[in-house]
Amino acid sequence: MTPSLHLVLIPILPLIGAAVNGLLGKRFSRQAVATVALAFCGAAFAMALWIALRFSSLPIPLTEYVAPWIRAGSFQADFAFYLDQLSLVMMLVVTGVGFLIHIYAVGYMWEEGGFYRFFSYLNLFMFFMLTLVLANNYLLMFIGWEGVGLASYLLIGFWFTKDAAAAAGKKAFIVNRIGDFGFLIALFLLIKHFGSLNFADVFGTIVENSTQYPVETAGAGLLTAIGLLLMVGAAGKSAQLPLYVWLPDAMEGPTPVSALIHAATMVTAGVYMVARSHVIFDRAPMALTVVAIVGTLTALFAATIGICQTDIKKVLAYSTISQLGYMFLACGVAAYSAGIFHLMTHAFFKGLLFLAAGSVIHAIGGEQDMRKMGGLRDHIPATFWTMTAATFAIAGFPPFAGFFSKDEILWRASQVSLAYWGIGVFTAFLTSFYMFRLWFLTFFGEYRGDQEATQAHGGIHATGSRAGVPAPHGHSGIHESPKIMLIPLAILAILSVMGGWIGAHRFELFLAPVFSSHQTAHLVALTSEQAGQITAMEHLEWVFTAISVAAAALGLYLAWLLYRDRPQLPQRIANALGGFYHAVANKYYVDELYAVLFVKPVVDGSTSILWHGVDQNVIDDTLNDSAEAARDVSDSVRHMQSGNLRSYAGWVALGAAGVIAYMIWMGTR
Amino acid sequence: MNGAAQVTPQAVEYIRILPEIVLTIFGIIIMMLDPLMDERRSQRTLGAVGLVGALAAIVATLYQSQYPGVGFWGMVNVDSFSVFFHFLVTAVTAVVILTSYEYMEVQQIRAGEYYGLILFGAVGMCLMSSAVELVLIFIALEISSISTYILAGFRRRAAISSESSVKYFLLGSFATAFFLYGVALMFGATGSTSIAVIGQVLASGQPPVLAYVGIALMFVGLGFKVAAAPFHVWTPDVYEGAPAPIVGFMSTAPKAAVFAVLLRILFEAHAPGRLWLIWVVAALSMTLGNIGALVQDNVKRLLAYSSIAHAGYLLVAFAALPANGIPAAMFYTASYAAMNVGAFAVVSHLASAGERYVTMEDYAGLGRRSPLLAATLTIFLLSLIGIPATGGFFAKFYVFSAALQANLVGLVIIGVLNSAVGAYYYLRVIVVMYMREARQEVPVSPVPLGLGVALAISAVATIYLGVLPGRVLEYATRSAGDLLR
Amino acid sequence: MVPLSYYLVLSGILFACGVTGFLIKRNIITIFMSIELMLNGVNLSFVAFAAQWGKLSGQIFVFFVMVVAAAEAAVGLAIIIAVYRTRETLNVDQVNLLKL
Repeated sequence: MTPSLHLVLIPILPLIGAAVNGLLGKRFSRQAVATVALAFCGAAFAMALWIALRFSSLPIPLTEYVAPWIRAGSFQADFAFYLDQLSLVMMLVVTGVGFLIHIYAVGYMWEEGGFYRFFSYLNLFMFFMLTLVLANNYLLMFIGWEGVGLASYLLIGFWFTKDAAAAAGKKAFIVNRIGDFGFLIALFLLIKHFGSLNFADVFGTIVENSTQYPVETAGAGLLTAIGLLLMVGAAGKSAQLPLYVWLPDAMEGPTPVSALIHAATMVTAGVYMVARSHVIFDRAPMALTVVAIVGTLTALFAATIGICQTDIKKVLAYSTISQLGYMFLACGVAAYSAGIFHLMTHAFFKGLLFLAAGSVIHAIGGEQDMRKMGGLRDHIPATFWTMTAATFAIAGFPPFAGFFSKDEILWRASQVSLAYWGIGVFTAFLTSFYMFRLWFLTFFGEYRGDQEATQAHGGIHATGSRAGVPAPHGHSGIHESPKIMLIPLAILAILSVMGGWIGAHRFELFLAPVFSSHQTAHLVALTSEQAGQITAMEHLEWVFTAISVAAAALGLYLAWLLYRDRPQLPQRIANALGGFYHAVANKYYVDELYAVLFVKPVVDGSTSILWHGVDQNVIDDTLNDSAEAARDVSDSVRHMQSGNLRSYAGWVALGAAGVIAYMIWMGTR
Repeated sequence: MNGAAQVTPQAVEYIRILPEIVLTIFGIIIMMLDPLMDERRSQRTLGAVGLVGALAAIVATLYQSQYPGVGFWGMVNVDSFSVFFHFLVTAVTAVVILTSYEYMEVQQIRAGEYYGLILFGAVGMCLMSSAVELVLIFIALEISSISTYILAGFRRRAAISSESSVKYFLLGSFATAFFLYGVALMFGATGSTSIAVIGQVLASGQPPVLAYVGIALMFVGLGFKVAAAPFHVWTPDVYEGAPAPIVGFMSTAPKAAVFAVLLRILFEAHAPGRLWLIWVVAALSMTLGNIGALVQDNVKRLLAYSSIAHAGYLLVAFAALPANGIPAAMFYTASYAAMNVGAFAVVSHLASAGERYVTMEDYAGLGRRSPLLAATLTIFLLSLIGIPATGGFFAKFYVFSAALQANLVGLVIIGVLNSAVGAYYYLRVIVVMYMREARQEVPVSPVPLGLGVALAISAVATIYLGVLPGRVLEYATRSAGDLLR
Repeated sequence: MVPLSYYLVLSGILFACGVTGFLIKRNIITIFMSIELMLNGVNLSFVAFAAQWGKLSGQIFVFFVMVVAAAEAAVGLAIIIAVYRTRETLNVDQVNLLKL
């Protein structure tokens, strides 16, 4: 027997931090609040590292029971944590990146009100996220799943004085409820058929009874249904088509929140869940195909929107959606380890991109519009260089981290269908283009800030890495961020450069026990059948790689051409493209489309559908609109409630008549 | 039955109605003390007596649980099922009395019989859960109803309060008449009013049409009491007008008791042909309740619609197989009681004199003016939504998974969709509390001790049920076994 | 001997009259009386069934119903007085402050 690893401490530590700051933080100084938050988050990271170091000596997979939880009849769920290669990777990413972002946030939020509240929420988020990742059953995972949603909701709405922030928080919450609806039904189906929600029980049953649970190639069966429902849940949390609408709005939250929750960790929970449930998906080819198609389309769709965004954080938000699409594509072609690999490198470079963007925003006094930036390279050099590393990483240039993971996904996808690969490469080109567009617009050329800042332009001072308290937002003069913000940037930059050097194959070997142990003979046969074909293509791998790098280079060139060399060109192209450009710039009117499809029919007839379809006021107002629609329905329900006693009695009598008639019919049948 | 030969009840049979006896004695003490005391100072003393009475009843319940069995010629039956509801009702009573302490003072209501009526109402509710004889069920139902009719109109000076009272009274009596007619027909069909005998008769062959009609009429009466659609129309009006702590009381304790009766009648008596009836009523209640709540600005009214919806979720369990459905329903009543009593405790604190501040706008900025109070209310609201780590989550979880095991996929989908809709309006309250600036200065007085204790109890219970639901569920499963035996 | 069904039909008619009265009458007192009519309809069928089964319990039930109805009447009239004091009307159509 191995001594207990005390896995439970990993989620509990941040919870204690959250409790201390939440209950007592009001009386603490800022230093004390920051110390508490960092200490508990750091301790969790240290524990994760300690476990990683002795990982090879542990009997994996390892389950640690903490306490019995629910035992009702045959159904049983415990507080128990599960450690295998997959949860180790997730745990390290969450605690590691989370810890760095905590450090950064100390600098970023220093001047904000509610400092203690912010860190309390942030630690709370860590608690739920780690519960999600380490749970040994779906129910505990679901608790973490809902919990991160709640924490995210609290953090998006952190600046609750902003109406947009409050609305965005609500939108995120409600869209996620739709996803949870799918997840919950999947859980119910699992309970019904397996009588358990434990990963080991469910997957064990499926693998052992392969005759009862065959690969559902012929048609959709139970596992396909469960897989599809799980995918609905994953699409909600990980912002995939068609449930992605909440993520761009979620950028109303403070930037460290965007980095931690809406880029590096929470939004990848869906990918983790699909990978964790791979035993189910492996036997449900139809569900896998749906995952792959949703992933591919999301990647492409979000990338095209990213091209036309002008808000720096919105670009990154759409880019996140697009990258998540890659991860789902990987899962959909059963290349789970490639998906997780990309999840990890993405956590590094996208976390970095957001933090660096935050540093830019911080530097120029809260401006987020890229059209009002430019020429910042010399003023905030540290930010510039780290961001450069991240940009090259996401664009997929070797030897940066993103190259290895993205290349692996595209390669694996190409073996299933060249269509996936083609769209993937095109998306890679778009990614490279919009990222370098951001890069050029922000850091090169002339500063295009507003009047006040332009005056300050003469006296721009690069204060360098000034330690201590950063200047408050909104003052003129461009300044580099303090050290406490730059250190995490530097570490993440190093990871963005070198994170991929592990190599996709070594990573896959490491995760192999998770993803191959449950493979059925049938699947193995399937692979060996294709094996010849694959080896035939193996020598072509470098060609595919070359094409995707070329696509990235093309993106870089085009961005340079349009935004550096001939800045007047983009406007002309936009004019030439006319309607299409507007469609893309307005995010394909998806929010409006939702308003039209799901909201308006309830409200009124088709005439107003057409009218509202082009009504600018509806933009980003889907939820307010659905609320209005619900109000209208609700109003009609309220007519039952006339206030008149006799009409109430009429309803009761009517109901009674109905019940009696039904029962007489039942009785005489 | 076999006890009929015996003329005087044995001592142990008195233990089987001990909580009721204790509550009655304390109720009478309050009624007798009231005229003897100075009106202005009597409130605290009488409230304390009421609280002691409720606590004594809890102790009596625990004591009683060691003496299971039937008593009084097959009228009452003490088993783990009845003990569960006894405990629930008496605990809710104690919490409501704690809440009322401050409320009565602020509203300047000086009638001492208030606490007496709460205790008498509790007698009826306790009796309902242990009664196994339709005569006694009817009497218990009326004891509880008549007390709540009066309590609903306790803010005599407010026109809406007396209106709420008269509406509740007239419609309630109307529904009782239906219930009674059902009992009469059931008696006609089976020749008995004992649930056990009725169960035997109904299970032994094709039941007569009369029994079906009897069940239908009883269902109408009881459906009215639990505010299930389409018999729910009274709920919003009555809840809006009645004093806030009383709404907390009557939306939980009597409902739990009536659900207990429904469980006994439907399952112990093997009521025929119930499935689709419950299916439709549950779906209607969930939908109408949630949709109605979407537009409410008055928080009391909003919670009234929400209680209709919750009655619907609960009824889903009734459509499931008894072995899963009964424990799920019991768990739901418990967690609903915890969160709803708590929510109304907050509402009654914020209402201020004359219940002036009960609209959504009055809650704006509460997050900053009284963080602890807002946080507590948030816990209750999250639980009402059904967020994990609160009792509301497992309540819904068990109910829906029980229904799925009975293959009621359609009903579960309606239920889960409804809870997604429901999230919207609870969330609106949370958003208003934390993310809106207060528009007018609504006074928020500090939380007095009694209310603090009441809130702490409900919050702890809500979270306990959400984190460690195992023991309660296990107990409920055992009780279901008792009931089905 | 009068057959059972006659009693049942009569009790059903009484009950239905009560329901109708509740629905169409405007005065709260009259509405209350309609409820009493419904209860008496029920009582009639109890007595009829008791005679049919030869069991006393049905008739005892009637006594309980009467007692409860009396208690209800006492409370109900008090509530009606309270309403009259605040609203100065007994027309149920005008007691409609609470709605929607």
